Amino acid sequence: MYAQMVKSTGEAVKSREEMTPEERRFQDRIDAGEKIEPKDWMPEGYRKTLIRQIAQHAHSEVVGQLPEGNWITRAPTLERKAILLAKVQDEAGHGLYLYCAAETLGVSRDELTERLLDGSMKYSSIFNYPTLTWADIGAVGWLVDGAAIMNQVPLQRTSFGPYSRAMIRICKEESFHQRQGYDIMLKMARGTEAQRRMAQDALNRFWYPALMMFGPSDKDSVHSAQSMAWKIKINTNDELRQKFVDQTVPQAEYLGLTIPDPDLKFNEETGHYDFTQPDWEEFFQVVSGNGPCNAERLEARRRAWEDGAWVREGLLAHAEKRAARSAAE
Amino acid sequence: MSKEWPLWEIFIRGQHGMSHRHVGSLHAPDAETAILNARDVYTRRREGVSIWVVKSADITASSPSEKGPLFEPSESKAYRHPTFFDIPDEVGAM
Repeated sequence: MYAQMVKSTGEAVKSREEMTPEERRFQDRIDAGEKIEPKDWMPEGYRKTLIRQIAQHAHSEVVGQLPEGNWITRAPTLERKAILLAKVQDEAGHGLYLYCAAETLGVSRDELTERLLDGSMKYSSIFNYPTLTWADIGAVGWLVDGAAIMNQVPLQRTSFGPYSRAMIRICKEESFHQRQGYDIMLKMARGTEAQRRMAQDALNRFWYPALMMFGPSDKDSVHSAQSMAWKIKINTNDELRQKFVDQTVPQAEYLGLTIPDPDLKFNEETGHYDFTQPDWEEFFQVVSGNGPCNAERLEARRRAWEDGAWVREGLLAHAEKRAARSAAE
Repeated sequence: MSKEWPLWEIFIRGQHGMSHRHVGSLHAPDAETAILNARDVYTRRREGVSIWVVKSADITASSPSEKGPLFEPSESKAYRHPTFFDIPDEVGAM
């Protein structure tokens, strides 16, 4: 998922007796399935956790343009180029829907950007892996967008109105992303021997990073418990990861590709696949800035922000000058 | 720190003779650019035939704490709905 290890209050969920009357009314509204809107009363912890979560999600959409943007100029056909361009443009749009949801909580857009650039806000670990071949673009759409959808579909029911509405828009558009990725994988897997090898190699490299997207097991996390009570997290990380594996294995079989996990096996008893957990040490390394592309991604965002400063300032100065002129007339 | 572009609320009219509907917000230096940006952000799949943009700062909203005084008066006026009145079957559709 695009929001990993989002810190909540760090405290255990309050019992009804421990809650203030306002907190109790707030929790009752959430339990009744009511949406919380920006001007409604909300606990500070709810506001802060949501800002962190929505912003991390928004940053992921924006940084997520980089590994795919890498292939726009080198897409194998004009049609593939147009499709990839449309997908990357969607990611920019998804980032914007989410930033505007976060802003309703009283944080400014520039502040969010600056907190991404100074490293105090994160984006998904997955975008710190490189896209080395065209098959990687297929694998990203199929696996990365597939994992994102798994997380985003339940979030359409999240308790915060603007976040829920952003999720609904995003989910409508996201299915195109996964299907175009699978379509690339299909072509590659049924192409020449070299293309098939490329497709298998992309799956090998993206499988475990995709599983990491759901974050570490959170069954003991107080952050998760509070977020679930507030309905800003709907399923546990493990539930979503299992669902993703169950859905993806048959799709890989259809492609004739092998999931890089010798212990992957369907468990008749549970009705689910048993699988190997990703290397969590690698995950923590990537999250703390030591992945293969962390420095490159942040540098690209910093350059875009700094190189664009004169455009932002110039357009604003022009708008102010024109407004002053029309006021004088 | 430089000044941030103002925030605009975006309203889109869909294809089917509906009213303009609020779809979200975005930042832009002026109204013309806000419309261009809204085209790219909110109508990538032919979602609209017309766009309104309004500076967020120009919107006055009712406050949640006024909800009672504002909306309660209509709660007790069931006679404003047609189903309040029993019309005998013999009269036919009305």
